[in-house]
Amino acid sequence: MRRVREPIPWPLSVLGALGAALVLVPLVGLVIESPWGDLPSLVTSEVVLDALALSMFSATAAAVLSVLLGVPLAWLLARGAFRGRSVLRAAVTLPMVLPPVVGGAALLVALGRRGVVGEPLDEATGIVLPFSIWGVILANTFVAMPFLVITVAGALGSIDRRYEAAARTLGASSLSVFTRVTLPMIRPALVAGFVLAWARALGEFGATVTFAGNLPGRTQTLPLAVFVALESDRDAAIAMSLVLVTVSLVVLVSLRDRWWGSR
Amino acid sequence: MRLAVALIAAVVVLGGCGASGGDDETLLVFAAASLSDVLPPLAERFEAERGVEVELVFAGSSALRAQLLDGAPADVFISADRQTMDAAVDGGAIDGAPEIVARNRLAVVVPAGNPGGLGSVGDLARDELLVGLCAPSVPCGSLARAALDAAGVLASPDTEEPDVRSLLAKVVVGELDAAVVYRTDLLAAGDALESVAFDHGPEGEAVYPAGVVRDGDADDAARFIASLLDADGRARFASLGFVEP
Repeated sequence: MRRVREPIPWPLSVLGALGAALVLVPLVGLVIESPWGDLPSLVTSEVVLDALALSMFSATAAAVLSVLLGVPLAWLLARGAFRGRSVLRAAVTLPMVLPPVVGGAALLVALGRRGVVGEPLDEATGIVLPFSIWGVILANTFVAMPFLVITVAGALGSIDRRYEAAARTLGASSLSVFTRVTLPMIRPALVAGFVLAWARALGEFGATVTFAGNLPGRTQTLPLAVFVALESDRDAAIAMSLVLVTVSLVVLVSLRDRWWGSR
Repeated sequence: MRLAVALIAAVVVLGGCGASGGDDETLLVFAAASLSDVLPPLAERFEAERGVEVELVFAGSSALRAQLLDGAPADVFISADRQTMDAAVDGGAIDGAPEIVARNRLAVVVPAGNPGGLGSVGDLARDELLVGLCAPSVPCGSLARAALDAAGVLASPDTEEPDVRSLLAKVVVGELDAAVVYRTDLLAAGDALESVAFDHGPEGEAVYPAGVVRDGDADDAARFIASLLDADGRARFASLGFVEP
C-alpha cells in the first residue's frame, strides 16, 4: 500500500516536540550526569543488587497475583450481571488515580498489625504483613492490578462472543469455554495487562514505603533505594535510576509491537 | 537534580520578592524542617522588635544547602547537623563561624500503652519486636546508630524510614513497637507516645548551627541569630523540648 505523506500543522509539531522534550530532557539529564567511570562498581554494590533482586521478585509476584485475581475480576466486571457492578468497576480502578501514599495508608489501616483485618489475622495466624516482602508484594499488587483489570475487561467486552456461544452449543462446559476459547482470544490484552501491571509494580514507591517500610535486603526495592540515596549518595542514586530506566526500556522495546500495533 | 534545585530556588526567590515588595526589608531564613514549630513565633517577635519582615523557608537541611550553593538569596541558614553546615561553609556560602542555636536529644519511643512491652533500650535488640530507625543517610538515623553503638545496643531495625515524620507515624499507629526519634517529637506527640529511658552521650545529640549567608543582609542576619539565643529565644526552644545550646 502506498503511503501518502501528510502535511503536519505547525502548532501540532511545536507542541508535540515540546511534549517529547518534557519526557526526554530529564532522561538525557540522567545519562549526562551519570558517573560513568564508577558505574560498574556502583551498580554491582550489595545494596543495589539486593534492591534490584527484590524489585524483580516483588514486581513479578505482583503481576502474577494480578493475573490470578485480576482476570476473574475483569470477567465479573465485563460479563457478570449483579447489582453495583458499575460501582465496583469504579472502585477497583481507584488505585490508578489515588496517590500511592494514600493507598499505603489505607493498606496500613486495613491490613496493618493493628488494622481492621490485620489484627485478627495476626492473632489467628501470626502473619504480620507490614515490614515484610509480603507487604511489598501486596502494596505492589494494590496499585498494579487495576491496570490489568481494565485492559482485560476491555478485551472481554469487545471480543466476538459467537465463538464462545458456538463452543457452548458443541457441549463445552462454561469453565472450558473460558479457558479454551475466551482466554486464547484475549491473549494480547492479557500480555499487555501483565506487562503494564509489572511495570507499574516495578516503579512503585509511595504505597510500598508507607505500608512495608524500608529495610535493605528485606523491603527496600530499587525506587526506595534511589530515594534514600538521593540525600546522601547522589552518584549511587543516579546509577540506580539508570538501572531502572534500562530495565523499563528493555521491557517496553521487547513489547513495542503489542503496544503501538505493528507497522 | 541540579535543574530541580534551580527550579526550587527560583520559586523561593519569586516567593520572597512577591511577599515583601521591598526586598531589602525582608530577611530570608532557610531552616531545617524540624524547626518548623519553634521558629515562627520567634520570627514574629523579631519582626515586631526590628521592623524587618522575616520569611521562613523550611526543608531538609541538605536540600537547603544545595540551594544555597546554587546561589539562593537567603540571609540566614540553620541546619539540623554539623556536617551539612560544614559543607555550606566549605562551599563558600557562609560568612564567619556558624553558631549553635539549639540542641536536640534522642528518645526511644513506644506507642501509648507500650504494647510490645519494651523495658529498656537493650530491648531494641529483641527480635520479636518491630523496631524502626531513620535511614542512616538522614541525621536522625546516623545519630541513633551512633548513640546505640555507644550504649552497646545491637538494634536490628525492621525498617529504616526515609525521614523522621514517617517513622513517627508508624509508631503512633502501633505498627512499630518502638523507634528512636527526637525528644522534641516525643513532646509534640502528646499522649500518643510513651518513652523508655535513654540517657545517651554527646554522640546522639543533634545540633542546630546557624550561619550568616554570604552576600545577604549580614547585620540583620546576625541580629536574628542573636535573638534566637537571648532569654526569650532560649525559653521558646526549651518549651518544645530542645536542649540549651
